[in-house]
This record gives sequence, structure tokens and C-alpha cells, in this order.
Amino acid sequence: MTEAAVKTKDEVTPQVSGAPKAADALEARLAALPLPKGGWSADARSEALARLRDMGLPGPRDEYWRFTDPRPFNAPEAKPLPIADGASPLFTSRDKLTLVFVDGVFDAAASDDLSLEGVEISTLKGTHDDADHWAKGLYGALETAGQKPAARPFAALNTAAAQDGLLIRVTGTPSKPIHVLHRRGSDDADVVWHHVIRVEEGAEATLLETGTVGARSNGVIEADLAKGARLHMIAAKRAADPKIGISHIFARVDEGAAIKSFVLSVNGNVMRNEAIIDMVGDDAVAHVAAAVLGDQNVGPFHHDDTVFITHGALRGESRQVFKKVLKNGATGVFQGKILVKPGAQKTDGYQISQALLLDERSQFLAKPELEIYADDVACSHGSTTGAIDEDALFYFRSRGIPRERAIVFLVLSFLADALEEVEDEGLRDEINERLDAWLTDRPQI
Amino acid sequence: MLKIDNLHVKLEEEDKQILKGLSLEVPAGQVHAIMGPNGSGKSTLSYVLSGRDGYEVTEGDASLDGESLLEMEPEERAAAGLFLAFQYPVEIPGVGNMTFLRTAVNAQRKARGEEELSSAEFLKIVREKAKELQISPEMLKRPVNMGFSGGEKKRNEILQMAMLEPRMCIMDETDSGLDVDAMRLVSEGVNALRSPDRSFLVITHYQRLLNHIQPDVVHIMSNGRIIKSGGPELALEVEENGYGDLLAEAD
Repeated sequence: MTEAAVKTKDEVTPQVSGAPKAADALEARLAALPLPKGGWSADARSEALARLRDMGLPGPRDEYWRFTDPRPFNAPEAKPLPIADGASPLFTSRDKLTLVFVDGVFDAAASDDLSLEGVEISTLKGTHDDADHWAKGLYGALETAGQKPAARPFAALNTAAAQDGLLIRVTGTPSKPIHVLHRRGSDDADVVWHHVIRVEEGAEATLLETGTVGARSNGVIEADLAKGARLHMIAAKRAADPKIGISHIFARVDEGAAIKSFVLSVNGNVMRNEAIIDMVGDDAVAHVAAAVLGDQNVGPFHHDDTVFITHGALRGESRQVFKKVLKNGATGVFQGKILVKPGAQKTDGYQISQALLLDERSQFLAKPELEIYADDVACSHGSTTGAIDEDALFYFRSRGIPRERAIVFLVLSFLADALEEVEDEGLRDEINERLDAWLTDRPQI
Repeated sequence: MLKIDNLHVKLEEEDKQILKGLSLEVPAGQVHAIMGPNGSGKSTLSYVLSGRDGYEVTEGDASLDGESLLEMEPEERAAAGLFLAFQYPVEIPGVGNMTFLRTAVNAQRKARGEEELSSAEFLKIVREKAKELQISPEMLKRPVNMGFSGGEKKRNEILQMAMLEPRMCIMDETDSGLDVDAMRLVSEGVNALRSPDRSFLVITHYQRLLNHIQPDVVHIMSNGRIIKSGGPELALEVEENGYGDLLAEAD
């Protein structure tokens, strides 16, 4: 993986006859993006641009992009993807602070008031001229740190080009979750959003994310957790909408702090979600999980989860739980790594990636990796690909439950371990109910 | 009630004949037991009757109340009143026992054109029946069969039977892996369900279970056929002398 970082630009993009050179492709990509100028993030943005020019856009021969074609993300323009109207039905039962983003730009009129005890919330765009903003030292900093050992050019591009995003500083324990609701304004929106979250010592917050981002989206969350801080992130994008998107979570987790992230992805076109977590303090906890369902009868489906967890201190506990249900030629990808640095003794690292293939045309590509430089650790990883368990299916049917309903149960059963990572039982049940309804209304899944 | 006529069954993927002309009839209200040495085809019979994939019927028929079972899907057989208590009940993580039971009960009711039970009605019935089988509320909440002991799994099978109220119950080695107390509980559960409209086909290796669940007829099965049928005394004979004499006699 370190190879990817040192490749020259020419190697990164294959030189097909007639294709523009890598550098030209990158410039064409940048030319199509409005790059924000000035303000407190100006330095971070220009540094990010320099980083991006240095690493170039990825090509299919790039080790980190072997299983996912980067072209949909490399293309200068986003293809229009019309969607249905309507708000996200998820988490409606929960009292929450809802902040609406339309095509990646904060819509104050459609949002709740930003004030909530225990947290300071502002926006990237709204604080443009606030020279001393607290996020100044953080914006782009965790992204920069996460560029090694593997380059993540779209994250650098994001830092350079982000149009808006939330700047959240958690100082206490807010009484309700912060809910980002994405809406799509135009069918061809090419959205770049970037949140910075700082959870102060002993503080705790939950971030929910729903709705549908642009036709193409590029999202970055930089999360900095101080000692004993806790951050729960639950993202569940609208199932029915086509989407092309890449996202990165960069987290730094200090002593005794815990970050837990769960993503629900149902259908879409091409998605890649990366989580890069650096456990810098002793007794840190990092859990990342995803439940993914793709059916190519609904639309093209390629879903990639790429995870890099670094244990850099004592007694860290990390869990990666990724479950993908794939149908009608859908493709799932998992690249997960646990790196245990020298001295990170008593590390407890766990990684599981599993695919349930509902037919023979679907595929799951997995690259689990462990790299361990400490001698007193417990690390395990497993990856499996399987079909519906015929014994279990027969058990259901023998009780009178029709085949389609039984398959829904078995899909939910398969995903259960990933959903378990949602600590809040109410939210977990809601996700489960929604999944059940989604699966039941579409008996082909 | 259940009529099996000259049933021939082979494995779908292999050229291996398992049932070789098996015939038997279980009239309404009766309990029949099937005993036989390992490999005689007892479990295959239970799977073929309940519709598991992987078997091919090459000859003969099996019918419930005069209607052939063989063309029906497993769920249709269940709705028609057939129930199989599994030898190895399957563990289903992530699906609550209660949800599973309620879905099954209501799916069958729906298939029969009956009104589905409300949550409250279902809860009341299931709590009552679970109590009789000493199944705790906590077990009802757990995922299906997850973390259940052998005895708990079998009791859970009987609870499903009690909730689904089938007319024809097939029990595949329900006594395997049970201690004395669990066997008594399971048998009491079964005996409570005996009625003039309900029949049982009890597959077992041991006569012991038949002390608790008194059969009307005992069939001895060997090499894919019934080789001898008789009263409860036949089971005692097997217990004392093994299958040797009976097999020799059949040859």
C-alpha cells in the first residue's frame, strides 16, 4: 500500500492512446469545480491543492483502486441523476437538531436553530471571515495526516474545494442528536462537503446523517476526540436514490475516547466510503461498521468500504464489521487494514467482512490486512462470502413462512452483527424496521 | 390423515435411492412411531414429507387428508397442517423468537384465509403456552434458538407446534440430546396436544420416549421400507433384542 503513495503521476493513470495525461485530467477536474477563495481556511485549501497536484488522481492500476474504477470520481462533470422528492423517513421518531444541506450548502431557513446546550455549531461558509475560528488548526489537518501511507487524492480535493459543511465543537453532552439532512437541489449537482468535529474532553455527541446528497458527492468528516470523548455517527442515506459518492472519515482518538460509526447503504450507483482512524491515546476505542444492500435490478451497484485503523497506543480496541448483501450482479468491495505500531501493546483488533450473495452473478472482493509491530496483541480478521443458508430457509418455510419473507428474515439476520454496532437501541430498531419494510416491499431482494 | 403409498425417493444430486417403496397410514387422532437402525431413511422421510430440497420422488405418493403433499411448497404444507419438529433446530441470529413465531402463525392464518392475530392476542397465547413448557420470557425475546441448550431448543420446537396447531406432527428424533427432565417436559407438551383431530408420527431411536408418548402403532423401518408394524410391544422387543432378528426376518 505504501507503493500507492510514491507512484508518480504518470503511473497512476494508464496512458491509453488519446487519453489526456494525468496532470491534464486533474486540471480539467479542478477547472470544473468552484474553488473557494480567502477566509480562514485559505491556507489549508491551498496546501490541499498542492498535495493533490503532487499525488494526482488515481488510476485503475493504483493498488488502492484495484477493485473500484475511479473514473466516475475522476470525471470533470457529474452525470445528472434524477431522484424522487420527499424527506427521509428515517429517525422521524427521535427529537433531534436537524440541519439541512441542499446540494452540500447549509440551508439555514430549512434548519433548526443552531443553538443547543453542550455544543457550538457553525458552518464553513458562514464563518469564512472569522479569522480566529477554532477549526482553523483542524481543517485539513487530520486529512493531511491520513494521506500516509496511502494517498487519498479525493480527500485532498475535498479540502481544497469544499463548498460548505458543519463545524461542530462538542463541549458537553447535548440532549439530542445532531442530524444532517441532505437534499438534492439539482439533478447534476456535484457536491463537496466537509465537516470538522471536535469533541472536547469527556464530551459526547451523536451525529445522524440522512437524505440524499448530490448526483455526485465528495464528503469528508474530520473528527478530533479529546480524552474520554465519545462520538457516535450513524449515516443512512435514502435507499431509493441513485448516487455516486466518495466519503472519508478521518478521526484522531485520544486516551479513553471512543468513536463509533455505522453506515447503512441501500442501492445507489458507485460508492466508496473510507474510514481512517488514528488511535493516538491509550485505551482508545474505534468501531466502524456498515450494512450494505445492492440490487442491480434497481440500478448499477458498486460499493467499496476502505478502512485503515492505526493502533498507536496501549490497550486500544478496534472493531470493523462490514456486511454486504448483493444481488443481480452487484459488486461489493472491502479493503480493511489494522496497523499496530511498535509499542501498542494489548491491542485488541477485530475485523470481519462478509458478503451474502443472492445469486451467482454478484461478487465480493475483499482485501483484509493486518500489519503488526507489537508482540502482545490480539488481532483477528475474517472474510466470508456465502449464499442464503438453505437449512435456515427450510426451517422458516417449514413453519409456513413464505420463501420471500424468509429471505427477508435471513438478510436481516445476516446484517444483525453490523446493526449491533449502533449502540442506541431505539435508533437500531428504527433502522431494522426500515430495512425490513424496504426488503418486504421489494421481494426481489 | 397421513397416507404414504409406495414412496420411492432418491437423492437429487446422487444416484442413491433412500426410500424404496415405503407405505404407511396414520389415521386421525393416532400416534405412530417409527424406529429403525441408522441409515434406514427415517430422517429422509421426515424431510420429504415436509418438502425439503435435495430429494427426488421417483414413485409413489404422500397425501394429507387426501391431498398430495408432493407438489406443494414447504410453506403450503405447513399451512395445510403439517409440522416437522427438527432433530437439529436451526439457530437464526438477529431474528427474535417472538417475531419468528408470530410471523409463522400469521403467515399460516393468512394462507388459510383466516384473520391474523393482533399483537395482544398473540402475546397472551404465547405467554400461556410458553409457561407450560417452562420457556422463560427472556428465551422468547432471544434470537431464534441462539444460546439455547439442547433441551431448550426442543422445547422451543414444541412451543412452535403448540402455537401453530398443526393436524399432522412429525417429530424427528425429538428425544436426541435430552436429559430425563427435558424429555418429560417435551413429552408432556406433546401429550397435551393429543386430540382426536391431530396425529403424530414420532421418529426415534429409543423406546424410552415411547414410555412418555404412548404410540398406537410402532413401525420398524429398514433400508427405506417399513418391515414390520405392530403395537407398543414392538418397541419393547427392539429395546430388548435390537434390530437383528427383525432384519433377518425381513430378509
